[in-house]
Formats: sequence, structure tokens, C-alpha cells
Amino acid sequence: MRKRLALAGVALVLIGYPFVFGSATAINIGVLVMLFAMLGTAWNLLGGYAGQISFGHGVFFGLGAYTSTLLLRQFGLSPWAGMLAGAALAAAVAIVVGWPTFRLAGHYFAIATIVVGEITHTIVRNADALGGARGLSLPILPGSFLNYEFHEGRLPYYFVALGLYTVALLVTLEVERRRIGFYLRAIREDQTAAQSVGVSVLQYKLAAAALSAALAALGGTFYAQYVLFIDADSVFPLSLSILIALVPILGGAGHAIGPLLGAAVLIPLSELTRITFGGTGQGLDLVIYGGLIVIIAVLQPGGLVTLPRRLHSPVAPGRKGSA
Amino acid sequence: MDILAQSVTSGVLLGLILALSAAGLTLIWGVMDIVNFAHGDFLMLGMYGTFFAWSILGLDPLVALPGVVIALAAVGVVVYATIIRPVLRGSVLAQIFATFGLGILLRGLAQFFFSPAFRQVGETASSGIVAAGPVSVGREQVVAAAGALIVSLLLFAILDRTTLGTALRATAEDRTAAELMGIDSARMFALAWALGAGCVGAAGALLAIYFPIFPDVGATFGLLAFVTVALGGFGSVTGAVFAGILIGVVVNLAGVLVDPSYKFAIAYALYLVVLSIRPQGLLGRA
Repeated sequence: MRKRLALAGVALVLIGYPFVFGSATAINIGVLVMLFAMLGTAWNLLGGYAGQISFGHGVFFGLGAYTSTLLLRQFGLSPWAGMLAGAALAAAVAIVVGWPTFRLAGHYFAIATIVVGEITHTIVRNADALGGARGLSLPILPGSFLNYEFHEGRLPYYFVALGLYTVALLVTLEVERRRIGFYLRAIREDQTAAQSVGVSVLQYKLAAAALSAALAALGGTFYAQYVLFIDADSVFPLSLSILIALVPILGGAGHAIGPLLGAAVLIPLSELTRITFGGTGQGLDLVIYGGLIVIIAVLQPGGLVTLPRRLHSPVAPGRKGSA
Repeated sequence: MDILAQSVTSGVLLGLILALSAAGLTLIWGVMDIVNFAHGDFLMLGMYGTFFAWSILGLDPLVALPGVVIALAAVGVVVYATIIRPVLRGSVLAQIFATFGLGILLRGLAQFFFSPAFRQVGETASSGIVAAGPVSVGREQVVAAAGALIVSLLLFAILDRTTLGTALRATAEDRTAAELMGIDSARMFALAWALGAGCVGAAGALLAIYFPIFPDVGATFGLLAFVTVALGGFGSVTGAVFAGILIGVVVNLAGVLVDPSYKFAIAYALYLVVLSIRPQGLLGRA
């Protein structure tokens, strides 16, 4: 009951936000918060629940962006259909790449995901058929929901992003409730133990990866429709993959609502420091952004989700046992 | 053939520096199970330290090297004490988050204080050309690689021959057993950070002899160090050295035989191929 009430409260805040903060900057930040909450939620399925830390989710984001954009440019296919095609392709790629890499343990896996991302980034940047380093611009169509383009203000984009986040959240809550959710957490806690009681580890990791990749690809298409221009350096860079991981880690990995918390803190922080201090080109924005990340990690190593629990318990959870 | 011999030679020379920076990274991982994602930015600090020692104090990079190593070792200990120790009680994710943040912070500080401009150490005692048969390479590259080899051997000697090194390896092997033998693991962790950061500082000082210096210079080298470490096997210093040389050669050969824009991608692909055969890296513990 309390959980439902909390969810209703969050929904109210998210729907009300653009009406309270109506400036173009505030709505842009809102759009980015929803986009990264959604991407972080996608990451969370694989990284948070199954414990497979990926620094390569930019690959799936980029696949989504490029698939829908190319289908739109070449065949005039609706971006909505293109978005689903991108999600399907990303899921397929996740399975093909996951098959050999899921054998790797811990940091070996994390580095493999970085490497896959960097290889993809290099290939796309050098592929003339994909626009190469020049990138691809999207055709400007009359603004409508059907065309997935809006030209009078960014408000409609905010609600599309909110809708996508809701989809990702519902998928997560469903996974949490079902058998797969328990299996994934069992794999995260102790893979060998999970295997020995009959959980087919590879199969469930692949399922989590496919689901996670498909959701991340939806975000990629959204980004392409929002900015109307994509190139390899904007949708495939390592920094994007890292941000997709940092959002849920900050909020609390393995908690359904964690990525939203992380995005609500990290994205405005990054945008506001960039707007306020970035113009000088002196790196002060990076100093503040990086410094705050360090401070948060040191003060709140379990993620923001654990904050209320820490405030309520007389002993900080970290002191109960050494890590 | 000449061009192959040439690129293999430069590859080995670059590889020795990569090996040294990777050895520092793998040392910290082996001892305390933490990957320092700001490692490349430590390299950047070492390069800037060397540059300013040259431009302000007029010191040759080779003369500045010991000072840079000590400074970076101090940075390593301070980072351990202020950032790493508190996050040890958190999850692996918190540790990743903290060191990523540190990397962004260091890059921002470099941009703020040193500006994004490219800098380069000018003529030094190492400048010149070395020719042997069909191969001719910059003397500064040879000097840097030789320096990296010497520092790597010193690291081996410290780990292998000193009581402190033995204690460090014991902590890496089995922390609890080492503690029961009276080895203070917190001190060993601080030592690992000092040695690890010192190594990458030395690599930075040597690289600064001929490589341009800018705030983001650590990004590519840091990534190469991760791949080198994982390819060699996490925690294995010997593995890191072999993998460093291998990656240096592959990067250079790929640049000549395939396409310069794919040279790093091909080295990364090598990592995937090797790891799909040996999931624990070349010399890692299974």
C-alpha cells in the first residue's frame, strides 16, 4: 500500500513538473532526466538485478538511433516502427555479443563491454554508408505525434520520454515480481550457487541483456527524434555508456526506482554546472561535477535509495560488517 | 619488410611504457580488488608534472622523473586515504563510481589550471635519431622505453626481494591469512596505491619526453591500460608486461597494415579473441 502511494506521488510530481517549471531550459532538463532515468532503468535490469556491469550500453542506444533514422531516411518508415525495429535489433545484438562474453567474470566482463563499445564506435565513425564522421540529419516533417516530431516547444517530447520511462519501469516491476527477477538476483549474489540449484545462468543473463538492450534502443530512437541529428560521437561514445551506468549506480542499482533518483540528481547537476560554468571552457563544470560524484560516492556508497534507511537506523549499515 | 620491422620496433617501444602503466593498475587490483578508473588521469598528472619541471625549472624529464614518481605516489596515498578507504565499505559499484568521478575531477582541474592547450616538451638530452639496419626510430622513444623497462624491473625487485614486497604479495594472496601473520592490510593498501600511482607517474614522465600533453591525454592511455591489464590477467604484473608489449606491437602493425583509424579497435578486438579462449587473461589466476 505504501509502495503504491509512493508511486502515485512520484507520478504526480513527474506529470506536474513541466507545468511548474515551464522555461525551455527546465523542460530540456526534464526531457534529459526522463531519458536517462529510462536508460538507467534499462541498464539496471542487467547491471543492477543480474549484477553484470556493462559500460557498453551506448552500443544499444546508438543502434536504436541509427536503425530508426536510416529506416526513416531510406524508406520513409515511421520512427515509431523504426523504434521497434531498433529495439529488436539491439536485443539480437545483445544475445550475439552476450553469448561469448557472459563467460567472463567481474572486471573482465566490464572491460569487454567497454571494448565492444569502442569497436562499434570506431566502425560507425568510419562507415560512409552510415554517414561516417559527418553524421546523419533527420528529415524535418510536420510536427505531430504520428511523425514523432514536435516543433512548437519541447513539452510533447517530455511526455513521450515520460511514457518511455513508464514502459521501462513497468517492465522492471514485472521482472521483479516474476520468477526471472528472483533468478537474476540469485545469479548476482552467487552465480555458482544459483547454477547448482538448477538456474540456467547463461539463459537468464541473455534474457536480461536482451530486455535491457531493447529498452536502451528505445531511448536511442527518442534521442534521434529529439535532436534530429545523430553521429557516431554523439550516440556511441564511451562517456555516454558510462553515464548510463552512473545514473542507476548513483540512485541505487538493483532498486526499481533507483535510476530515476540517480537521473534526477546527476542530470540537472551536469546540465546546470555546464550551463553556469561551461561557457568559460576552463573545466570548472567538470571540477564541480566530478567532485560531487566523488563526495556522493564517499558519503553514500549504497546509492541514494539507501538514504532514508540510513537516516532511520541508529547504526550506519556500512558499520555492521566489513566489506 | 622494412616497414614491418619499423612498426614492430616502435610497437615494442610503446608497449614497454604501456606495460609500466598497466603494472601500476594491476598491482592495486591484485592487492585490494579495486579497479582505479582514474588511472589514465594519474598518467596525465605525471605528464604535466614533467612538463612544468622542464618549462619552469628547466629540468630534463629524466632528471624530473624521481620527483614526479614521489609526487604521484603521494597523490596515490592521499586518494587512498580520502576516497578509497571510505568506499571500501560500499559495493563494487560505489568504488567504480568514486574513481570515475575522480577521473572527471582531475581532468577538470587540469583544464582549469593548465588550459586545454596542447603542450610539448622541446629539445631534451634524449632528442635525436637511432638507426640500426633498416630501422630508425626517435632516440627519445628508445630512452623512454629503456626507462620504462628499468622502472618495471625495479618494481619486480621491490615485489620479489624486499620484506615489504613479500608482505604486499601475501596480502594479495590471502588478506585474512596475512593479517593473522601480523601484516596490517590498511598499510599494504596504502603501499599498493603509492607503488601503483608511482609507476604510472613514471610512465607519464617518460611518455612526456615525446608525446603531446593535454587534459584528456589519459583517456586513450587509461583505456589501453585496462585492456592491457585484463589481457595479461588481473593481478599479474608479469602478464601486464607481456600484454603491454603485445598491444603496443598490434596497435602499430594495425596502423600500418590495416588503417590508422582502426589501430585501437583492432587491439581491442584482440582482447575479445584472447579472452574468449582464456577467460582469465594470458597469465591470470583462474
